[in-house]
Amino acid sequence: MTTEETVRADLKERVDALLTTHDPATTDQLVFLRAQFDAGLAWVHFPEGLGGLGLPRAHQTYVNELLAAAGAPDNDPRRIGIGLGMAAPTILAFGTDEQKRRFLRPLWTGEEVWCQLFSEPGAGSDLAAVGTRAVRDGDTWVVNGQKVWTSSAHKARWAILLARTDPDVPKHAGMSYFICDMTDPGVEVRPLRQITGEAEFNEVFLSDARIPDAHRLGEEGEGWKVANATLMNERVAIGGNAAQREVSMIGFVANAWRTRPELRRPEAHDQLTSLWVEAEVARLSGKRLRQKLAAGEPGPEGSGMKLTFARLTQQITGFELQLLGEEGLRYADWTMTRPDIVDFTGRDAGYRYLRAKGNSIEGGTSEILRNIIAERVLKLPAEPRADKDIAWKDIPR
Amino acid sequence: MNDDVNLLYTDVETALRESVSDLLTARCSPEKVIAVFDGDREIQPKLWRSLALDLGLAGLLVPEERGGAGASAREAAVVLEELGRFAAPVPFLTSSVIASAALLHAGDDRLLATVASGERTAAVVVPFSTAPNDLRPTVRADGQGALNGRVTSVAGALEADVLLVPVAAQDGVELHAVEAGAASVTPVVSMDMTRQLADVDLDAAPGTRVVEAGGDTAVRGALELGAALIASEQLGVAQWCLDTTVSYLRERTQFGRSVGGFQAIKHRLADLYVTTESARAAARYAAATAADEDSDRHVAALMAKSYCSEAAVRAAEECVQLHGGIGMTWEHPAHLYLKRAKADQIALGNPQAARRQLGELVDLPMPPAGSTA
Repeated sequence: MTTEETVRADLKERVDALLTTHDPATTDQLVFLRAQFDAGLAWVHFPEGLGGLGLPRAHQTYVNELLAAAGAPDNDPRRIGIGLGMAAPTILAFGTDEQKRRFLRPLWTGEEVWCQLFSEPGAGSDLAAVGTRAVRDGDTWVVNGQKVWTSSAHKARWAILLARTDPDVPKHAGMSYFICDMTDPGVEVRPLRQITGEAEFNEVFLSDARIPDAHRLGEEGEGWKVANATLMNERVAIGGNAAQREVSMIGFVANAWRTRPELRRPEAHDQLTSLWVEAEVARLSGKRLRQKLAAGEPGPEGSGMKLTFARLTQQITGFELQLLGEEGLRYADWTMTRPDIVDFTGRDAGYRYLRAKGNSIEGGTSEILRNIIAERVLKLPAEPRADKDIAWKDIPR
Repeated sequence: MNDDVNLLYTDVETALRESVSDLLTARCSPEKVIAVFDGDREIQPKLWRSLALDLGLAGLLVPEERGGAGASAREAAVVLEELGRFAAPVPFLTSSVIASAALLHAGDDRLLATVASGERTAAVVVPFSTAPNDLRPTVRADGQGALNGRVTSVAGALEADVLLVPVAAQDGVELHAVEAGAASVTPVVSMDMTRQLADVDLDAAPGTRVVEAGGDTAVRGALELGAALIASEQLGVAQWCLDTTVSYLRERTQFGRSVGGFQAIKHRLADLYVTTESARAAARYAAATAADEDSDRHVAALMAKSYCSEAAVRAAEECVQLHGGIGMTWEHPAHLYLKRAKADQIALGNPQAARRQLGELVDLPMPPAGSTA
């Protein structure tokens, strides 16, 4: 047998053992997911004891196939996307053993939802300008400030938080990275209504919120380094999702074209097929990137996937409304709601068009991502940075 | 659809790329290629002999038991990337990919072996713009089997020792082999002189029938493989344009700064990088599915032709623009790539034609003309 075959045989054995002791038909979902984690079958690329087996990431697909075929529950990655895509890899890379053991299991099973306290009203694209202050008080940090664009904050148990711990040094050097307890009395979450009419995001106000020093991730003052790891994972997560052909925005348009012949106009055909090709090429590029990164860490290339994803969803959703004609003039409902998950698929075309406008802003604007590719991949000169050597507190704002 | 397909480069492919690249670096300088446009064709036969014989590329796609190197479309794609990167004036695509694929299907092993060994060069006689599903032979056989007709803008015909001519017969398309000397092959001034076209006139030319009725399947299959793999050549063109433009703009100074530091320029180059990497995914997928004879290879070929055609033209146009005045000069090689990119876009079915056919394959059909919503 080749190594590949040996690994797959071993995985098959482990999955069978799990299914024998935990019959999916009769086992509670959470009990099953915990057992799956403990068997190392949650994310096989994580270390043993932390839900994985230290194998290449690609093998997880095989495990998922076997489990899905047996009717096993999944952990709904949409509901816990920030935890899985951003918090988990960051905790794995920078967390202490104790932090890894405490946080990764309930994160993976979905028992504990995570959110991300990064952006602020005055620090969006210039994330290193964050002004939320964390001041040390013995073994605790006292945090004050305001965060914004926080999805899932109203559902979250924990947050990853970037805060300023030293205002007297240049901005990148004075930040630290924390795990923030969202149930702390100093944390207040308020809905933030958007152009879609709903409040999928939140504002989060931190007033004397207290974070134990044991919940710091990485060294004091090294928050920027830790945050960068999170952001690269975020861009890969946002940009490179679609595993199957037409499982993305293009699926809606293709479906409308197929099932509603009255919408078909010859002049729309080339644009339709052009977008279809681009969507499929984007999917293949994501697949290629994942193959490339299978062994290593995400690099700046992930920014390219996110750029493509944002442009395409905007083009496709705009085309979809136009294709729908009269129907595209309508909108389902402007009533303010607070959805549990961001769900492009459960809503109408008008919602998709409006929501897609956020894709080129959240997780790094397209303009910042272009800078990153130009500077870190193509090695072109960096943007002039007027605040580079100035203490954060002295930067004009 | 094959979801396990490997879109990366294997070690074998990387080694092959390096040997092709080394040879082209030594033997195919931009100056020599530019000279081809001034009618200096001296570089071509020698360069092709080196590639075909020394590196054994002539029969790359032909199985070993039939006289070739037994490699797959994946390796041919890597060779084409390098040929694109150097705008190399050699008939690899026309002889070793398209004509060889037609002969492989035809089963004429004697002729195939001479092409595979590099002893002879072959070309399929169709206009280079022909889309795989749009084969319309203009040559006919008379009662004695002699061929008559005219085919214009044929790629690879000038270099060919043997012409593979699709012939319209009563019960379909036949494929005939004609000695180049028996036909009148007239060079035409071409947009891309690194792949110069020719008009082929057959006046009672003697030919050997290598495929009877059903030759259309052989030719269409060969043209489809050509479309799938020209995408890799287009990727090579785009890659050269990106690399060259980036390194030029890092060094070029204006207003006391490196031009590559201006955000308006950086953003265009970042977009071009993303386009080039996307083209790589499309080209690799087309090559891999062709190599595996995967059922998705038809979709993959059309997708790659559509995407990579546009990507290469965009890269070449950006290259000329961002080089400023220098990009417009005869001395700078940028124009070689613009000409190759534009010709490749039109070749083997233009992007619109590819997308139209793709729509049929993936159940997104074009509505009948005149229909309105």
